[in-house]
Amino acid sequence: MKPFTYARAADTPEAVREASGPSHDFIAGGTNLLDLMKLEVMAPDKLVDINRLDLKQISETEDGGLRIGALVTNSDCAADDRIRRDYPVLSRAILAGASGQLRNKATTGGNLCQRTRCYYFYDTAMPCNKREPGSGCQAIGGATRLHAIFGASDQCIATYPGDMAVAMSALDASVEIEGKDGASRTVPVRDFHRLPGDRPDKDNVLEDGELITAVTLPAPTGGRQSYRKVRDRASYAFALVSVAADIGMEDGKISHAALAFGGVAHKPWHKPELDALLTGKEPSDALFAEAADLLLAEAQGQGGNNFKILLLRRTLRAVLREATQMGETA
Amino acid sequence: MQQTNLTINGQEHALDADPRTTLLDALRNHIGLTGSKKGCDHGQCGACTVIVNGRRINSCLTLACMHDGDEITTVEGLGQPGNLSPLQSAFVAHDGYQCGYCTPGQICSATAMLQEAKDGWPSNVSDDLAKGQKLTDEEISERMSGNICRCAAYPNIVDAIREVAEGAEA
Ligand SMILES: Cc1cc2nc3c(=O)[nH]c(=O)nc-3n(C[C@H](O)[C@H](O)[C@H](O)COP(=O)(O)OP(=O)(O)OC[C@H]3O[C@@H](n4cnc5c(N)ncnc54)[C@H](O)[C@@H]3O)c2cc1C
Ligand code: SF4
Ligand code: FES
Ligand code: FES
Repeated sequence: MKPFTYARAADTPEAVREASGPSHDFIAGGTNLLDLMKLEVMAPDKLVDINRLDLKQISETEDGGLRIGALVTNSDCAADDRIRRDYPVLSRAILAGASGQLRNKATTGGNLCQRTRCYYFYDTAMPCNKREPGSGCQAIGGATRLHAIFGASDQCIATYPGDMAVAMSALDASVEIEGKDGASRTVPVRDFHRLPGDRPDKDNVLEDGELITAVTLPAPTGGRQSYRKVRDRASYAFALVSVAADIGMEDGKISHAALAFGGVAHKPWHKPELDALLTGKEPSDALFAEAADLLLAEAQGQGGNNFKILLLRRTLRAVLREATQMGETA
Repeated sequence: MQQTNLTINGQEHALDADPRTTLLDALRNHIGLTGSKKGCDHGQCGACTVIVNGRRINSCLTLACMHDGDEITTVEGLGQPGNLSPLQSAFVAHDGYQCGYCTPGQICSATAMLQEAKDGWPSNVSDDLAKGQKLTDEEISERMSGNICRCAAYPNIVDAIREVAEGAEA
């Protein structure tokens, strides 16, 4: 690990001030950053410890939603009674990720910002445009089992590996961000992560020094929620593909549909046209096939990940069948 | 150098170390508590599991200086020969190991896991997210998936944990 200076921030303005500078990073749980620093994939010269900030609460918002502080651990979030009751897709997605030990440390903000698991990103002997802009992409034409089928560029085909944010995308949550001089802004989770384009080094929209302070969930829709994750072993593995769903049923028809997909793109994948196609329709296998056709029309395999296209089709169908069958009792 | 005050197994320690020092390296190399093991150093195996402020974590993926004022329990603090904790005894009784390298992490992890279950935390295999999951073998395996055993002593590890879980329920 490269040497760095260590600073402990007492409040949000101090954290933002301390972290301003190109090679300054926040450290929250540390479970992703330290992993990458040990390998010198990341080598900040200053770490700003934000663990003493007062961002550890889950509170109710005026419009019936919840505000999850950036330092709420994944364990506390998944076990929160309100989240278990009203946002089960979020509890499920978190519980499907990492391990008990890691979830105890992983934070809401850190989880959103976790970096790709592309093998070549991790291997400093290899070219990688994300780690070292302009060096090339070893994954293209290489081992691509984990890689994207949507939204890749000729510079990077990596995926965002997380689970939590996929559920937050289906729930249409928002990220609260604080920057220099107390400036704050709110970005929908659906727009928080970027596609790689010609800047694969930029995973998300955060600018220098900007701190995530919370994620807010809108009021629950009352739909049936589920998270299905397919992976190489039953636990403690990243998604090959995952589907998060919030599906409402009324009079035998789909009244609300929100779907998001993990393991398939540089961001949690959300396609508004897909939600629109399902809404107002009677559930049927024909409808679900049409939905899968729409979703997968622009899918592009890289060789080693071609299987994801069929796997995603089948996983989507399974999730839709489950969600609509159960919703029929309403 | 970074000054950090840690309470480890009930004893206070003032650590003066490079900020790069992980909690695991602080425990093993600076304080001399070598029970916690380094398997992968990357959060992938669980051999380094310790309990910090009541919660199990991977001590390899956290810096010692981030834990100023924290209370840390390692396998040495759970019990000692002649005065073993229920899980330590159960691992002996059920032969919950072969080489023993993963064992301190397994036991720290299981100790905190039983408390999580008691607190009603759900897991990925829980049928519904409501409180009070019975610790079936499937639940135990899922909740312990962050502890890898290269010797694959899993059946005996689950036997040991189940026995203590059932004892605690009774
Ligand atoms: C073996 C292993 C298996 C895993 N499996 C899974 C899995 O199956 N699914 C899954 O989703 N995840 C998985 N993870 C990843 C894990 O979820 C992340 O490491 C964790 O969520 C990161 O959170 P953290 O608080 O530890 O972040 P840190 O490591 O502290 O930070 C990560 C990044 O976020 C930045 N950051 C942190 N907080 C903020 C903030 N408030 N504002 C702005 N920037 C911030 C940091 O500067 C850093 O760049 C796994 C990790 C490991 C090691
Ligand atoms: S896919 Fe992206 S992260 Fe992987 S090697 Fe190519 S540029 Fe790097
Ligand atoms: S040594 Fe910490 S998880 Fe392997
Ligand atoms: S007993 Fe050898 S690794 Fe578990």
